[in-house]
Amino acid sequence: MIRVVLPYHLRNLARVGDEVQVEVGGPVTIGSVLDALEARYPALQGTIRDHGTLCRRPFVRFFACKEDLSLEPAETPLPDAIINGREPFMIVGAMAGG
Amino acid sequence: MSSVRVLVGTRKGAFILNADGPQQNWEVSGPHFAGWEMYHLKGSPVDPNRIYASQTSGWFGQVIQRSDDGGKTWMTPDGMPAPAPGAPPAGRSNRFLYQGEVGTHKWYDGTQHPWEFKRVWHLEPSLTDPETVYAGVEDAAIFKSVDGGKSWAELPSLRAAKGHLWQPGAGGMAVHTILLDPKNPQRIFIAISAAGVFRTDDGGATWQPINKGLKSPYELPDPDAEVGHCVHRIAFHPSRPDTLFMQKHWDVMRTDNAGDEWREISGNLPTDFGFPIDVHAHDPDTSYVVPIKNDSEHFPPDGKLRVYRSKTGGDEWEPLTQGLPQENCYVNVLRDAMAVDSLDECGIYFGTTGGQVYASTNSGDSWKAIVRDLPAVLSVEVQTLP
Repeated sequence: MIRVVLPYHLRNLARVGDEVQVEVGGPVTIGSVLDALEARYPALQGTIRDHGTLCRRPFVRFFACKEDLSLEPAETPLPDAIINGREPFMIVGAMAGG
Repeated sequence: MSSVRVLVGTRKGAFILNADGPQQNWEVSGPHFAGWEMYHLKGSPVDPNRIYASQTSGWFGQVIQRSDDGGKTWMTPDGMPAPAPGAPPAGRSNRFLYQGEVGTHKWYDGTQHPWEFKRVWHLEPSLTDPETVYAGVEDAAIFKSVDGGKSWAELPSLRAAKGHLWQPGAGGMAVHTILLDPKNPQRIFIAISAAGVFRTDDGGATWQPINKGLKSPYELPDPDAEVGHCVHRIAFHPSRPDTLFMQKHWDVMRTDNAGDEWREISGNLPTDFGFPIDVHAHDPDTSYVVPIKNDSEHFPPDGKLRVYRSKTGGDEWEPLTQGLPQENCYVNVLRDAMAVDSLDECGIYFGTTGGQVYASTNSGDSWKAIVRDLPAVLSVEVQTLP
């Protein structure tokens, strides 16, 4: 199971706690984790990445093992620590308030 | 005794205000969806407990919420996991995809720019079916749901009505007003900031601009320009839907032939710039505006918050001040932030960017704040409940 940490507003939207777990079939990548997350919590569709293009929304960031993967392609494999559940995959709302 | 429920959308959440019969006491529920911009909430005329809400965020985009119990609980209409493998895909209730080739509209620098969905500004439930609701969105387009907000389809021919010439103003380019004609189910009026008013007479299959008579000499040197007028709001009385009132960027206007021709009715207003306009529930010739100083200073003239009422269909306006701040008031009232109830005395409600919601239980003669210090108010709707 892959652990995923969601930002505050998306936790409320999906009605979950700080962290959720999703099962990913096949290679564990940024894209496959997001696919699994959205399938389990459809209310999150369109809030992390656009419906049409599946591009990351500009003020959403992805982190794994303290590395910023936001600009990496969706097929980027995630580290072993994410795959074996030692670390969570983190979805973060960017600091963009002003 | 009838009661009212006021639905308030703000920059940081939604609030629901319920009054007792005589409206002496108000119960405030909220914030719902705290921290999100709540552009608009509106109840179904057929089933008042069915309320649709537009929830948006610069971070996380658009969400549609629906309540089936008068705002006590909420759900994203299609946000539940698929019940079984092979079931229809879920998560469509915030999927607003322009139909066909996306196309372009005019950009600030005059070049063409692709349409990009940003948010839902206005939700207009059907007059006859609680499952049917229209959404006015930015970049300007109209969408329709016939399954309670679970999925949406664009009525794309609106953008074919000279959409390539529409150009956003400072506030963006959005369908902000949708009026469903109660006498003709095939007729819908919509208004778009910086584009104008449009009408369909065939249920949305085709649309035509209806802006003849509007004058915008500084923004549009061509006096015959069919589109490009910055219409801030339109309103009608349900009994007389061919008569529409308009608050334009500058000028208050009126048509008596469903928009085929407009004439100015600004009359003795202290300034004819403003955003909201609404019509009395029982008198189709009585309308209300909130003048603000000008397009550079979006607050009331002289720091005095005054609603202006015309009982003569326009031209002659009287200030309504009792109970409203008459000094040091520098708030604005946004275009979707005024509404009327249908009680005998006709209640009028409006919200300000300073977070007050004012109500009048006597057609505007006197006012009181029914809640203060909310986040900036984006929209106000009222439901008259049996």
